[in-house]
Amino acid sequence: MTTAYNDRAAPFTHAPVNVSKTMFTVLAALAPATLFNLWMFGWPAIFLFLVTVGACVACEVICVRLSGGSADSAIGDGSVLITGWLLAVSLPPWAPWWIGVVAAVFGVALAKHAFGGLGQNVFNPAMVGRVVVLVSFPVQMTAWVAPKPLFGAGSPGFLESLHYTFGRDVSLDAISQASPLGFIKTELARGIAVDQSMANAPGLMDLILGFHPGSMGEASVPLVLAGGLYLMWKRIISWHIPVSLLGTLFVMGALFNLVDPARFSSGLFHLVTGASFLGAFFIATDYVTSPVSKKGQIVFGVGIGLLTWIIRTFAGYPEGMAFAVLLMNSLTPIIDQHFRPRAFGRTSKGEPLPVKGGEQ
Amino acid sequence: MLLDVGSLAVMGVTLGAVLGTAAKLLAVPTNPLEDELQALLPGSQCGQCGFVGCSQYAAALAKGDTPITLCAPGGKGTIEALAKKLGVEANADDHEEQAPQHAHIKEDLCIGCLRCVQECTSDAIVGANKQLHTIIVDQCHGCAKCFKVCPTEAIEMCTVPVTMAAWHWGKPQSEPAHH
Amino acid sequence: MKLFPVRGGIHPEYRKERTAEQAIVTLPMPAALYIPLQQHIGAASEAIVAAGDSVKKGQVIAKSGGVVSAAAHAPTSGLVVAVTEVTAPHASGLPLITIIIEPDGKDEWADDLPAPIADPFAADSKVIRDRVAASGIVGMGGAAFPSAVKLNLGTQHKLQTLLINGAECEPYLTCDDRVMREFADEVIDGARIMAHALGAPNIVIGIETNKPAAIEAMGKAAAAHTNITVVGVPVQYPMGSERHLVQAITGLETPARKLTADLGVVVHNVATARAVHKAVRLGQPLVRRVITVSGGAVARPSNVEVPLGTMVADLVAFCGGFTQPPRRVVNGGPMMGQPLPSLEVPVVKGMSGILGLTTEETGEEPAKPCIRCGTCVTICPCGLVPVEMARFIKHDRLDDAAKWGVTDCVSCGSCSYVCPSHIPLVHYFNYAKGALSAADRERRRLDTIKGLVENHNARIEKQQAAKKAAAAAAAAAKAQAAQASTTDDDKANA
Repeated sequence: MTTAYNDRAAPFTHAPVNVSKTMFTVLAALAPATLFNLWMFGWPAIFLFLVTVGACVACEVICVRLSGGSADSAIGDGSVLITGWLLAVSLPPWAPWWIGVVAAVFGVALAKHAFGGLGQNVFNPAMVGRVVVLVSFPVQMTAWVAPKPLFGAGSPGFLESLHYTFGRDVSLDAISQASPLGFIKTELARGIAVDQSMANAPGLMDLILGFHPGSMGEASVPLVLAGGLYLMWKRIISWHIPVSLLGTLFVMGALFNLVDPARFSSGLFHLVTGASFLGAFFIATDYVTSPVSKKGQIVFGVGIGLLTWIIRTFAGYPEGMAFAVLLMNSLTPIIDQHFRPRAFGRTSKGEPLPVKGGEQ
Repeated sequence: MLLDVGSLAVMGVTLGAVLGTAAKLLAVPTNPLEDELQALLPGSQCGQCGFVGCSQYAAALAKGDTPITLCAPGGKGTIEALAKKLGVEANADDHEEQAPQHAHIKEDLCIGCLRCVQECTSDAIVGANKQLHTIIVDQCHGCAKCFKVCPTEAIEMCTVPVTMAAWHWGKPQSEPAHH
Repeated sequence: MKLFPVRGGIHPEYRKERTAEQAIVTLPMPAALYIPLQQHIGAASEAIVAAGDSVKKGQVIAKSGGVVSAAAHAPTSGLVVAVTEVTAPHASGLPLITIIIEPDGKDEWADDLPAPIADPFAADSKVIRDRVAASGIVGMGGAAFPSAVKLNLGTQHKLQTLLINGAECEPYLTCDDRVMREFADEVIDGARIMAHALGAPNIVIGIETNKPAAIEAMGKAAAAHTNITVVGVPVQYPMGSERHLVQAITGLETPARKLTADLGVVVHNVATARAVHKAVRLGQPLVRRVITVSGGAVARPSNVEVPLGTMVADLVAFCGGFTQPPRRVVNGGPMMGQPLPSLEVPVVKGMSGILGLTTEETGEEPAKPCIRCGTCVTICPCGLVPVEMARFIKHDRLDDAAKWGVTDCVSCGSCSYVCPSHIPLVHYFNYAKGALSAADRERRRLDTIKGLVENHNARIEKQQAAKKAAAAAAAAAKAQAAQASTTDDDKANA
């Protein structure tokens, strides 16, 4: 070990932070919501969660080994756990195990390590994994089930759940239902106006608490919000992306709902359904794939909000958060290029400020 | 049909004539790249690159049949500038980075023959016949021409010492690419 | 007084409590003093003593080596034993020509010290500036810029305010705090003299609010003077940065590549003000300074007044030595200080602290890949994008880093401090700034040489042309003569 005093420049003191601490704080913020989700969707969800996170960790270890790195530090930084975690909660809770594995391989190996590993990826690995399985396996990826809280009536037992997750030729057709966003969309396609079908959709309270069919992370707005606020309090994330994202989504929803309530669902509905809160606080705020400047983050958040609303309203898919995040990810380098902070003593164009004050 | 072919033919001939004339009239006599490259070189005609002078090296560079790392007085900065102009990788790693040098005359050996003074292209040596010669270090760019002609081996090439004013931090050891 | 917000910055752990209540103690005269000939920004001074000379305290031993330079004085009476190279208190570990003095123990002042200026406010500002220059005073906050040059700014700028920087925003350091508490009258007097020399009607003394005792002491000392305001400024690193302090006090942002003087403000450090007081009122040149010796490895953290030229090893020994091997020994504060190559380096004018930092204190960890968290962008007090600049520099794209403003970086260290990946961002920027200015110097040197070569070639060509012309003329003359003679012959033959 070198004992040279002067082999590096100042500073010689450091904030008590490192990558692992940051990542594990994010996991801690996610934990309450996820535990609630796992309870709500029972054993199959727990199995899928474990399989997905495990597959992501395995992919990470293999990729890091192949590129000659140390696997300990790869897992130690915690970033792959976040990827696996977010990926798992964005899948239908009763999806078969291989959905999680395929998504993990594409998310971690392709979206992250093919780009150079931690910090180098352009696209959010969890969302790449989710989108790949969504477009490849639409049947499994839209087989939502209504929440059946663990140990409650209707919740499958341990062994029965093993069958759901690991069994062959399992069909959820009999029990699957549409998610609220999907329901509104299909009803509209059948010619039933939004304001009418809304009456048959889950109520506002159920939507907020998550008692409706959907992926795990879509449930429980209050716990996700609490986790997000905790991250803000810890200064891991700032308000810029979540507020601009949710704000845009709400404003677009509310505005168009005012214009034509039969065609457009309300701003509030957009906020509390789908992955709006999870996306705003945990997915869009992914450090690596979002802009670094505050101005850039607002642009990024507005972009995701807008794209999510457009996809939900006009495109074939009922939920658009994953697509919107990926599209804006691809713009992040350009946003970073154009929305820089103003340097001290310079105009926003980079020219020195004019001298004033000396002649007072 | 005839009209179509005819009009197209007329247009073609006319435009061809215009282009041909323009090429003649606006022709640039020398290769502009060559001049630009020469501007990047130190211009001391020291010949350390193996060519007679900077313009010959520039010509060879423009043709692309010589490495860009031959200019010793220019150092790393010149290599990078040439690489940028030519749009090639600045493979300065191959180039053994020589610390900048200057000539120094050993007083006890100089016989005042004036040969080095005549050789020096940047007037960095002062001296008169049968008088001790001296190098003006600030004007010397280390081409070593004087070193080669000195009959008494009174000239040595020294590395320009790093002073505290010129010292700066080196590039930090880069963090591992993969964790 | 209304204060203005300053963007960015951090709140490091200050650790000032170890020395804040330690009154300044005086170091006994060491066995030898080492005075380097370059203790300031600018040209080196020139030694005017040689081995064997006897010197008296305050005697000039090296004269100023240029417009931006400073003289050096013997810190005590004694014998010059050598003028030789000694390792400088600098991260490079390079040596500097150094005058080594063996004290005779009498500590006698020279007889020919300049006379005290009885009424400096009646004196011409040039008299004050000359006295400050003759006293070898440089900025004592760390930058070590010759103070007389900075006092000259009043001749080219219309100045409103002299800002005395007592922010002392660096962690650990308490020497300015102690000087303000114990020598408030001297600091105020020095500040008034400097304001007079600058032609600035107002004096503002900015002190971070974590030094209430210093604010009180300075307020008391300044009470008699209506043009002096003592202001508590927010505790926010880097508040002591000249431009940021000016912004906090005046709300004005110094334009890039301009001086605070262009806004009518000149900033001087509190220790500098005290040195000016001594030079003007007592005729004493700068031969001593107060240094904070602290850090987890130091047995007895203290504020010590030391003769310049004291070996750091002697100073550390006076403070009880190290209780454990330090990971870093730092000249200055932990945020912007210079790591010292060893303890065998002398104390110089700009040295405000000697820190022996333990591994726990430095918090060093191996660098990890950047996760683009953007914290460095949020806290950069200069509004730069450290993450992008470091990326460019890592890939040797220094020109791109320059386009993103790396030369505007003041190396305050905030970005490195907060980086969760422990990337040595400021080290990257120091490297880039150094390499860019070295390349610039080299380019200018080559341009000069190119000019010389062109002149040389033109001259040679001219000479050759002249020679050719002369030869041609001679040939022509010869031919003419020959022809003339032939004609004559023909004539004769005819």
